[in-house]
Amino acid sequence: MQSDTTKPTGRASDRPVVTRRLDRFLLGLADVSSFIGRFFREALLPPYEFKEIIRQCYEVGFRSLLLISTTGFITGIVFTNQSRPSLSEFGATSWLPSLIAIAIVRALGPLVTALIAAGKVGSSIGAELGSMNVTEQIDAMEVSGTDPFKFLVVTRVLATSFTIPLLTMYTIFVGLLGAYINVNQNEQTSFTSFMQEVFGAITYLDIFASVLKSIVFGFTIGMVGCYKGYHSSKGTEGVGKAANSAVVTSMFLVFIEELLSLQIVGAIRGS
Amino acid sequence: MTPSTETVIAIKGLRKSFGDLHVLRGVDLEVSRGENVAVLGRSGTGKSVLIKLMVGLLKPDAGSILVLGQDVETLRGKELDLFRQKVGFSFQSSALYDSMSIRENLEFPLVRNIRNLSRGEIDKAVEEALDDVGLSQTINQMPSELSGGQRKRIGIARTLILKPEIMLYDEPTAGLDPITSIEINNLINEVRERFGATSIIITHDLTCAKTTGDRVAMLLDGKFERVGPFDEVFADPDERIQQFYNYKFVN
Ligand SMILES: Nc1ncnc2c1ncn2[C@@H]1O[C@H](COP(=O)(O)OP(=O)(O)O)[C@@H](O)[C@H]1O
Ligand SMILES: [Mg+2]
Repeated sequence: MQSDTTKPTGRASDRPVVTRRLDRFLLGLADVSSFIGRFFREALLPPYEFKEIIRQCYEVGFRSLLLISTTGFITGIVFTNQSRPSLSEFGATSWLPSLIAIAIVRALGPLVTALIAAGKVGSSIGAELGSMNVTEQIDAMEVSGTDPFKFLVVTRVLATSFTIPLLTMYTIFVGLLGAYINVNQNEQTSFTSFMQEVFGAITYLDIFASVLKSIVFGFTIGMVGCYKGYHSSKGTEGVGKAANSAVVTSMFLVFIEELLSLQIVGAIRGS
Repeated sequence: MTPSTETVIAIKGLRKSFGDLHVLRGVDLEVSRGENVAVLGRSGTGKSVLIKLMVGLLKPDAGSILVLGQDVETLRGKELDLFRQKVGFSFQSSALYDSMSIRENLEFPLVRNIRNLSRGEIDKAVEEALDDVGLSQTINQMPSELSGGQRKRIGIARTLILKPEIMLYDEPTAGLDPITSIEINNLINEVRERFGATSIIITHDLTCAKTTGDRVAMLLDGKFERVGPFDEVFADPDERIQQFYNYKFVN
């Protein structure tokens, strides 16, 4: 321990670019895994920050509710309207409610919610923790007898994992409402028969898969936002970068997860 | 308040590097109870790193740090929390929690460290701490509504609420106008008189070093090469010290 601090390995700049990139990528991966590992460890061990978790749930819901309401509603209307011509070619406009139900419950609801939450919630978590990091608020918390990881990261990730599935249910609801209004205007379908068709088309597996998927989306958005904020570079530009890359990274991951879930649910349906 | 002979901070052979950057290269320092030591040095010389090591926010590569008789590096969990209650840390950026009011900021270290306090006890402690820094009227404001000098004071009040034995100030006057700086210097001296606190004041402001420090320690190339009373240290003809002394008045 007393020995010189210079490392035996060659200087980083002596090695080729490719190995340096690979090194950095692997180091980053190790860092992310330990961050996720730490989340599960600290989420399970007491003390639990219930008050802060509830406050964060409220923040997540509150921040995205307005945007989700309008986007979900408009998505329902537009999607219904755009699907009508192709169905009417076959004289099959009566299938509209079931087609839309499947699209909204399985894909549009979870995806629209996750993308909006990535934009609104992910960026604000990244910016908030980034600025707390830059202005030493995280250090201040630590010297005040509070584990900042538990107080800031665990609470936010639990809040997004819990609230985003709820928001997804809500998006599905307003999306279907939008669809109903459009169908009602054009086909004069009543609310009860619209709903009967909707529930006839979707299965428990659809709902279960969407909820599960949304939990994963929520977890991803919270994790990415916290990770980017917690590891933001010092200086004010670090805050902006953290917010921005939180959005980009979590949106990218949400799409990857959507593709994966398509494969998994497809396999379950097929068997 | 004259310093006693009891040593409360003893740092020996302290080293800290970040990758290839060797920041501290064998720092030694002893501070007696009740003494105020000003640490001077150019930006980026590792002054903040030094005091972060003293509260366990960073881990040393080598050397030892004894604070209040405890080896900081070995402290964990509850012990570390108890130790940190005795050491107040005033951050360079004040580090007030943006999402909390001034009242909540001050309550935070209190309710987080001491369970089962009554509402009355908490309120009383908050009011006292605000009164100590002369900012009672800000209690219901948000940090963003305060000036830089006020934020510094609130940051100091937040550490005083736990009645620390040692105070670490990171650049308490940086970014403040000269008059506000003098007010902060006076506050540091008041804290010392009232609480008998031992302090380390990190600064590159010579006025601050002179008015608050019994001794100054110059951090040069990762070591304390000169430690002593202000006038003695700056009487040294060493080019690096003279450069530091002169730039202030030339610019
Ligand atoms: N956590 C850290 N990781 C990497 N480098 C750091 C870290 N903290 C400080 N440094 C580097 O150590 C050097 C000394 O920093 P600091 O102690 O903040 O300087 P100052 O004397 O201005 O307070 C700087 O070059 C800084 O970039
Ligand atoms: Mg500093």
